[in-house]
Amino acid sequence: MTIDGYLEAFRREGRIVVVGASLAGLRAAEALRAEGFAGTLTLVGDEPHEPYDRPPLSKQVLLGKVPADHTRLPRVRPVDAQWRLGSAATGLDLAAKRVRLADGDVLDYDRLLITTGVRARPWPQELEAELDGVFVLRTQDDAVQLHHRLAAGPRRVLVIGAGFTGSEIASACRERDVPVTVAERGAAPLVGALGGVVGEVAAELQRAHGVDLRCGVQVTGLEGDSAGRVRTAHFSDGTAVACDVVVVALGATRNTEWLADSGLGAGPRGIACDAGCRAFDVRGIVTDDVFVAGDVARSPHPLFGYQFLSLEHWGNAVAQAEVAAHNMVSASAERRPHLWMPSFWSAQFGVNIKSVGVPPMADQIMVTQGSLAEQRFTAAYGFQGRVIAAVTFDQAKWLDFYERQIERAASFPPEFTTVDRRPEGRQPVAADFPDPSQPSHGPTVTLSGYSPTDRRVSFTPRRA
Amino acid sequence: MTSVALLRQVLDYANRPDPYPLYAELRRTPVVRDEAGPYLVSTYWAVKGLLHDPRISSDARNLTPEAAEATGQEQDPNLPPSFLRLDPPEHDRLRRLAMRPFGPPHTPRRVFEMHGELAGIVTGLIDGLRGRDAIDLVDDVSYPFPVTVICRILGVPREDETHFHEWADTIAAGLDPVGTPEERAAKMQDVQQARRDLAMYLAGLIEERRRSPRDDMLSALATEHGPDGQMSPVEMITTSVLLLIAGHETTVNLITNGMLTLLRHPDVLQRLRTEPALAGPLVEELLRFEPPVQMLPQRTTLAEIEVAGTVIPKGAAVYLMVASGNRDPQRFTDPDRFVPDRPDNQHLGFGHGLHSCFGAPLARLEAQLALTELVRRLDAPQLVEDPPPYRQNAVLRGPRHLPLTIGGIRD
Ligand SMILES: Cc1cc2nc3c(=O)[nH]c(=O)nc-3n(C[C@H](O)[C@H](O)[C@H](O)COP(=O)(O)OP(=O)(O)OC[C@H]3O[C@@H](n4cnc5c(N)ncnc54)[C@H](O)[C@@H]3O)c2cc1C
Ligand code: HEM
Ligand code: HEM
Repeated sequence: MTIDGYLEAFRREGRIVVVGASLAGLRAAEALRAEGFAGTLTLVGDEPHEPYDRPPLSKQVLLGKVPADHTRLPRVRPVDAQWRLGSAATGLDLAAKRVRLADGDVLDYDRLLITTGVRARPWPQELEAELDGVFVLRTQDDAVQLHHRLAAGPRRVLVIGAGFTGSEIASACRERDVPVTVAERGAAPLVGALGGVVGEVAAELQRAHGVDLRCGVQVTGLEGDSAGRVRTAHFSDGTAVACDVVVVALGATRNTEWLADSGLGAGPRGIACDAGCRAFDVRGIVTDDVFVAGDVARSPHPLFGYQFLSLEHWGNAVAQAEVAAHNMVSASAERRPHLWMPSFWSAQFGVNIKSVGVPPMADQIMVTQGSLAEQRFTAAYGFQGRVIAAVTFDQAKWLDFYERQIERAASFPPEFTTVDRRPEGRQPVAADFPDPSQPSHGPTVTLSGYSPTDRRVSFTPRRA
Repeated sequence: MTSVALLRQVLDYANRPDPYPLYAELRRTPVVRDEAGPYLVSTYWAVKGLLHDPRISSDARNLTPEAAEATGQEQDPNLPPSFLRLDPPEHDRLRRLAMRPFGPPHTPRRVFEMHGELAGIVTGLIDGLRGRDAIDLVDDVSYPFPVTVICRILGVPREDETHFHEWADTIAAGLDPVGTPEERAAKMQDVQQARRDLAMYLAGLIEERRRSPRDDMLSALATEHGPDGQMSPVEMITTSVLLLIAGHETTVNLITNGMLTLLRHPDVLQRLRTEPALAGPLVEELLRFEPPVQMLPQRTTLAEIEVAGTVIPKGAAVYLMVASGNRDPQRFTDPDRFVPDRPDNQHLGFGHGLHSCFGAPLARLEAQLALTELVRRLDAPQLVEDPPPYRQNAVLRGPRHLPLTIGGIRD
């Protein structure tokens, strides 16, 4: 059969399996149908729930404005799929084109899409992690329980890690008038994602809202009472805090363990894929029947020196899922690259924070509009004389302009004048990111090097 | 034809009924320097880009003296500019303060809750036409409706409304960049007098509301304290003048242009009669097709800016031709066709970016209500003349009168 003939037959009666039934998985399934894929579509998800949205879990849900089980993702169009919810994929056989499920079933595929996302990194001391009152926040079930505890009026909540999720949780606590301590190993909240200069603003914001913020400390241990309920947390500076709820917000781990011996280029940093969402195998060769999208993917980006980027961004998951779906059912000449401008939003302490580009890549920052002290500003990030990212606090209207600057690799520091330029906006300063080898909490964009695979391929030259 | 003379033609009253061919001509050069000095920007993406560009200022004090002279944008020495003509951070602070009693996040349901009251006003105006077989849509409905609404929102007593019309008309006439420098100077004198009178009146009213507040916007501005504190007394005056003029001189054109366009497209008029849900997208298409604000002629460059291959120097006057951007074939398919349910209709009719229309939710609701009720209740409306007589103003463009014959008024 010709290749074209194959594609036609595949679109008509092929088998596609999607592993990971959340945002990226659902949007990809919908896009596959919109692209005219008429074959069998199977969605495998280890969570028992229908696909739901995560951003509200740390915002409206914790405030009690939306029940945790009411964040179901709106369906854009019917997907007519076989749903395998509540069953995890446990293995992949690339040669046989087969996915193994935890219940022993196997699913044969012609093309596979992997959208297994990430999970919350748990508290490393297992016994302490099992204490009653210790939580993470990634899933709907997590949110149900945490909301329940917050509503019961705990005496004090301890949030470990002041990344976006941790900060949003702390914000929700304060809005509910629950006392909260935030412990952050870095010098300020959000330093990993936005650097020290903006981190200082986030610190001010937290303190102004009554958060007991402790930076530069680590939690060394969690202590429970005789009934196994968490009671006290100990810090590296010798102090301790009495708390009855602890939320561990130390970033995320990629869900790739099930691929361990599959031969796919998958590891703790994610699954490497090309700009067309095709996965690399461990040899660095791109596959043609395994595609990746969403938080679990890492892919090279031309705007950022072709480094592989891992993005934990809602918008990226949607856009990449759509590109992956299109490419799965298109001939190579019609395939599209996923060239997403990284962008992220967060709502905390009454401030709308947005970023575009890759702030952690920057060496310098300049406040081009507004003022840090007023907590309303736009800051541009520079790397080797180019604009590489921008962040706004309550000034999202300007972000489009800076996005264009990043796309055009405009020079940094910007030479032009803008409205609302303050004295602090005349000179760039060091962006002040912590050493990336010591992540304190998940930055939402991670530069993950140039190599498509995580593990070294053993290189054995053929004898002549 | 050289594009150099195009602005003069756009401003020429003879072209008021149909400036769109001139805009098409303009778009052939997305950015062009006019003989009178300003740079005219006419394509969709270039206009939109500049509306989001922080190197662009709305504050006339940033014009070079020559550019200010050439475009007649002098400062009124008596009153500081309103937030329409200010840059951040002053703009943002004043807009937030004005938004507090008007919309989200503090008062998200304000406009929504006015639905019943607005419908009542329209019904009253249309009821008043019973027994007539000829009407002037402008004087009978399009003008009194939004004026009554904005006066009620602010809290202006009904018996004072007539003074307002005179002041507002005079000020709005001053927005028009036509005439010789002498004519413009004379007009500016009238404008400044009208603004002074209006300001004096409002100062008195605000003081009254401060002492005994009611449920209106002036009372809220005068008495409430939010995270940004309060406006100064002068800021309260400039802001209420801004809201009054904006509420006076724009929605009238949207309603009138709407009826005119419907009468030119009887099939659409018929559709709206049977399908009132069409009103939403139809009003968006009107804002694209016949935008009441045709251009934004009060922008200045704070730095040299390259747009579509042309470098605009610092301190230059820039006219953003939104009505032209709205007809840009690079953005809208079949742009000269009126498509009431046009998909993906991101028009520039309310501007964009930080100065985007403050009153947009109110204006939309007013136009939707007025047009739905007009087509439902006017029996056999007919245009008496086409094109109708236009107002002088090329910027806030619309018919001065829209004479119609009608068969009667339905219930
Ligand atoms: C609390 C919270 C707040 C957030 N807020 C924001 C925000 O404000 N802005 C923003 O841009 N982003 C935010 N995000 C990130 C955003 O939600 C993610 O980018 C998005 O969910 C990624 O979607 P995904 O489908 O790639 O991965 P996921 O949503 O992680 O979905 C992966 C799915 O695959 C399942 N799975 C994993 N392994 C297997 C397996 N072996 N077999 C079967 N199924 C498996 C998982 O259980 C999960 O259901 C937030 C995330 C969280 C948790
Ligand atoms: C159809 C009716 C209307 C249209 C077409 C319209 C159009 C516009 C446009 C194009 C702008 C942008 C000006 C600029 O960028 O310089 C604007 C701004 C503004 N409009 Fe409207 N408008 C309408 C109705 C109203 C109403 C009813 C109100 C009052 C309630 C109002 C209040 C304002 C204000 C206050 C601004 C200034 C916003 C700022 O500078 O931040 N408008 N309008
Ligand atoms: C769009 C083209 C417009 C032009 C050319 C224009 C121009 C002008 C000019 C020249 C003045 C004279 C006073 C001054 O210099 O401050 C003025 C005042 C004013 N304009 Fe506009 N304007 C336009 C649009 C608008 C819109 C859309 C609104 C309302 C939404 C508006 C509301 C006002 C008000 C309220 C004043 C007087 C009060 C004040 O400035 O404080 N104008 N304008």
